[in-house]
Amino acid sequence: MSTDASNRRVVVKSLFGAAGMFVFAIFVLPPIYDLFCEITGLGGKTGDEYTAVDVRVDTSREVRVRFVASNNASMPWIFKPTKDSVVVHPGEPTEITYFAHNVTDEDMVSQAIPSLVPNNVADYFHKTECFCFENQPLAAGDKADLKLVFIIDPDLPVGVNSVTLSYTIFDITDRAADPIAQL
Amino acid sequence: MLKRAQALFLSLLSLVVLLPLAGSALAESTASQLNMPQGVTEVSQAAYDIHMIMIWVCTVIGVGVFGFMFYVMYAHRKSRGAVAENFHEHLGVELLWTIVPTIILIVMAFPATTALLKVYDTDNPDIEIKITGYQWKWQYEYLGEGVKFMSELRTSDDEVYGREPKGEHYLREVTEPLVLPVGKKIRFLVTGNDVIHSWWVPDFGVKRDAVPGLFTAGWAKTDKPGTYVGECTELCGQGHAFMPVVVEVKEEAEYNEWLANKKAESVEYASTIGKEWTSEELMAKGEGVYLQSCAGCHQADGNGIPGVFPAIKGSPIALGPQIGHIAVLIDGVAGSAMQSFADQLSEVNIAAVIHYQRNSWGNDVGDVTQPIDVLKYKQSK
Amino acid sequence: MAHGPATLADGWRAYIGRWVFTTNHKDIGTLYLWFSFAMFLLGGAFAMVIRAELFQPGMQLIRPEFFNQMTTMHGLVMVFGAIMPAFVGLANWMIPLMIGAPDMALPRMNNLSFWILPFAFAILTSTLFMEGGGPNFGWTFYAPLSTTYAPESVNFFIFAIHIMGASSIMGSINIIATVMNMRAPGMTYMKMPLFVWTWVITAFLLVAVMPVLAGAVTMMLMDINFGTSFFDAAGGGDPVLFQHVFWFFGHPEVYIIILPAFGVVSQIIPTFSRKPLFGYSSMVYATAAIAFLSFVVWAHHMFTVGMPIAGELYFMYATMLIAVPTGVKVFNWITTMYKGSLTFETPMLFSIAFVILFTFGGFTGLMLSIAAADMQYHDTYFVVAHFHYVMVAGAVFSGTAAIYYWLPKWCGKMYNETMGQVQFWVAFIGFNIAFMPQHFLGLAGMPRRYADYGLQFADWNMVSSIGAFIYGGAQIMLLYNVIMTIKFGKPTAEEKTWEGAEGLEWTVPSPAPYHTFAKPPEFK
Repeated sequence: MSTDASNRRVVVKSLFGAAGMFVFAIFVLPPIYDLFCEITGLGGKTGDEYTAVDVRVDTSREVRVRFVASNNASMPWIFKPTKDSVVVHPGEPTEITYFAHNVTDEDMVSQAIPSLVPNNVADYFHKTECFCFENQPLAAGDKADLKLVFIIDPDLPVGVNSVTLSYTIFDITDRAADPIAQL
Repeated sequence: MLKRAQALFLSLLSLVVLLPLAGSALAESTASQLNMPQGVTEVSQAAYDIHMIMIWVCTVIGVGVFGFMFYVMYAHRKSRGAVAENFHEHLGVELLWTIVPTIILIVMAFPATTALLKVYDTDNPDIEIKITGYQWKWQYEYLGEGVKFMSELRTSDDEVYGREPKGEHYLREVTEPLVLPVGKKIRFLVTGNDVIHSWWVPDFGVKRDAVPGLFTAGWAKTDKPGTYVGECTELCGQGHAFMPVVVEVKEEAEYNEWLANKKAESVEYASTIGKEWTSEELMAKGEGVYLQSCAGCHQADGNGIPGVFPAIKGSPIALGPQIGHIAVLIDGVAGSAMQSFADQLSEVNIAAVIHYQRNSWGNDVGDVTQPIDVLKYKQSK
Repeated sequence: MAHGPATLADGWRAYIGRWVFTTNHKDIGTLYLWFSFAMFLLGGAFAMVIRAELFQPGMQLIRPEFFNQMTTMHGLVMVFGAIMPAFVGLANWMIPLMIGAPDMALPRMNNLSFWILPFAFAILTSTLFMEGGGPNFGWTFYAPLSTTYAPESVNFFIFAIHIMGASSIMGSINIIATVMNMRAPGMTYMKMPLFVWTWVITAFLLVAVMPVLAGAVTMMLMDINFGTSFFDAAGGGDPVLFQHVFWFFGHPEVYIIILPAFGVVSQIIPTFSRKPLFGYSSMVYATAAIAFLSFVVWAHHMFTVGMPIAGELYFMYATMLIAVPTGVKVFNWITTMYKGSLTFETPMLFSIAFVILFTFGGFTGLMLSIAAADMQYHDTYFVVAHFHYVMVAGAVFSGTAAIYYWLPKWCGKMYNETMGQVQFWVAFIGFNIAFMPQHFLGLAGMPRRYADYGLQFADWNMVSSIGAFIYGGAQIMLLYNVIMTIKFGKPTAEEKTWEGAEGLEWTVPSPAPYHTFAKPPEFK
């Protein structure tokens, strides 16, 4: 093969390689990252809606679950858990609520993002119902009791006796109205 | 030529030696520190121990390798008559210096692993503190106790910009330190309010990034009461160097007393909120709040920085309806660096600083903003 | 008229035309080298502002907002404008000469690769004068500081990065094609000079990871302007994802910076030892091993972000492992010197300093890899000290060595050896005074990117600033040396400038003719 032709081949292959890495960075890395976080519980992200199966309740163990609320940046709502903490048995479905109050005079939409500590037990924290699965719209001045129903997996590693579940609420009013951002 | 080079070298060397001494005459600093602190927790001690092991291993290897190299540079100089040999391969020696370092690394991995396991041992705490990084201060919340407060740099702008001499605790003092008891395991839940910060206390060996939207966990337990200073260790904007961490570890009885006082304070505060304040009282308090919490961006003279931070002097908000001015402080301004101060300043402080802004630098609105007005806005609608 | 390239004697129009439209690898190499030196002085000026402000506690000269722009621009300009283009310049000049090729494989793309760089850096520098100022979020530009909280100029920053990345990718494709297809007959891969090997491997790294950087800034662009939330927790994204994507690029990037420097030193030490490089094949395999490992260690830059312990342990072990092939290279350089016949001209001084100081930086790198200790080192001046030892005493010293080494070949004039040695010592002493104290500052608790600091850090900061000014002075001396050599240096027409030099580049006259190896040479 002539040198020119060999050079052309190298250029084509390299450009494909470069383009491939670009696609990889934007379209493969984020989903792999999300998947990895789901599998390993990194960042304490608890999973999506869980369908409860019949499990025995482990009455020999008690786990304290503490609830924390946080407002991101200038999110002006009042947001707090109605209970500081509960003590539960693994396998036992438990319901608690977070109180939210839109104190402004505009309709707003929020998104609650969970984070569980210790991070690596996020896999064992199942939510059958959670206000964090969806946006939370609240009209001006409205209040709401946001529901969370969770079950701690009986296979929770030995030695873990307390977990802390935190929610951070973000103001996504603009984003919720923006069709492109919905992608 | 050689003599000149030697003279130059020696004079530079003496400069290096003497300058630190000159420096210490100028700055009122403690003795120049050379090493990592051992700290007061198991984690900080583990970090120090593995750090020292690594220093020793690297020193021994370095002395050996560079020593050999300096010997070669001396013994095999052409000017000494050395004649070059021609070898350029030796499988045995190459295998040796591949395998031996690998073994050294494997051996070092063991203490490195046990040290890291200590860092991650955050389970079963006695006390949990939620730490939120803000631009540019920390918020501490004692979970389950209902105690929450901001901790801001106390050093004044005047000291920073050289208008006043620097105090002994320059950049190491805060409005309210984090107070902890000895002997209890404390878990820190760290998050960020706006951008990524990082909470670090060297004497605890704890450094956790404060990422908005998620919580990271660290822990500390110490038997040594004292004051421990730390820093923000993730670039977070202009105030990155100006949001230190100060922790006071107290004996248990003292800590319990402090905690009880803090709880009582919030109850007592609620009863003063209905009081009617005079303009003079509000101006005096407002000036202090302004310099502490607003002047960093909006400047002491109220002129802001054109294009970056708006002026309050002559501002339509400061000269407009009071309710709009309260709204800016309580709600923040979406899409800008002006955050909500509802969590960070009490109603009294917000009312005072609003009053100060509306009646300073030529702003002459003349109205009086009372803490109860601010509270009503927060609760209203 | 002359058949050679246009000179000033041909009129300024022809002269400028020569430089703008050149497809000659020597001219393009020269352009890259002068451009990188100008960027080096610009980045150095930013550093002088930083060190002047940090000379004493308190803010004396600039405001913290501007300080953050200085640290950001210093990093961006030095990494992307100075070091990378300098080594690309060396590659352009030397690779065709070393392999007996008449020019690079794609000469016109070569021209484009260079000329978009001044354009990119003009855009980047202009952001300092825009309303809101230039980028102020560190050269690592973490989200959301660089997205939601960025100044208006951030879109120009992203544009500049894209252009600069395109330049690197095109340059790398050129190098790969040239080396694969245009070696002289008889020059098999395992007979190529090591500088060529290190550059080929670096070129593969560049093609693989510059697009990832482009991906990261594109995701940033979308988050900032089009409402996506790759890095925004509110929309289901994650600021930590940014760090992973950035460092997936960022770690190979630091090896991209250092591998060509390894190559230069591997050419110079054998020359001044009058002895062949020890362990040629191991050097090639070690370089390849380092390149491969560089892909799988990125999260050691993120030890405090809250990774699960399994991940943290893995990254710690993998990072520690890189010490092995790197150690092999250091041992091979020293063994090359062993039982050689050594002289210590300026290129050799810089190369020996490289071996010592880069290894020292490697030791602090090994310390940093120990995650539990990194809790105390991360984001402090200990890290700043580490990377300046490996990038300045490493890459920059190697680049300086290359200049002294090949300058006679480029311009046919010999530099003044005494001036070279003086410049070396001033640089060496200034560098160590500037950066050794920074280890202590970090260990004592001073974080990086700090515009101001507590009084306990005052002494070492003052010392460091003085060293930095001395080191800056040494770079002006280097500029002086280069210009004096070109204008008034003793003419030398010899092919083999250095007694112990081997390789095809030393078989052509000095200065190297505009066109060399029009016919491939015989290579045994």
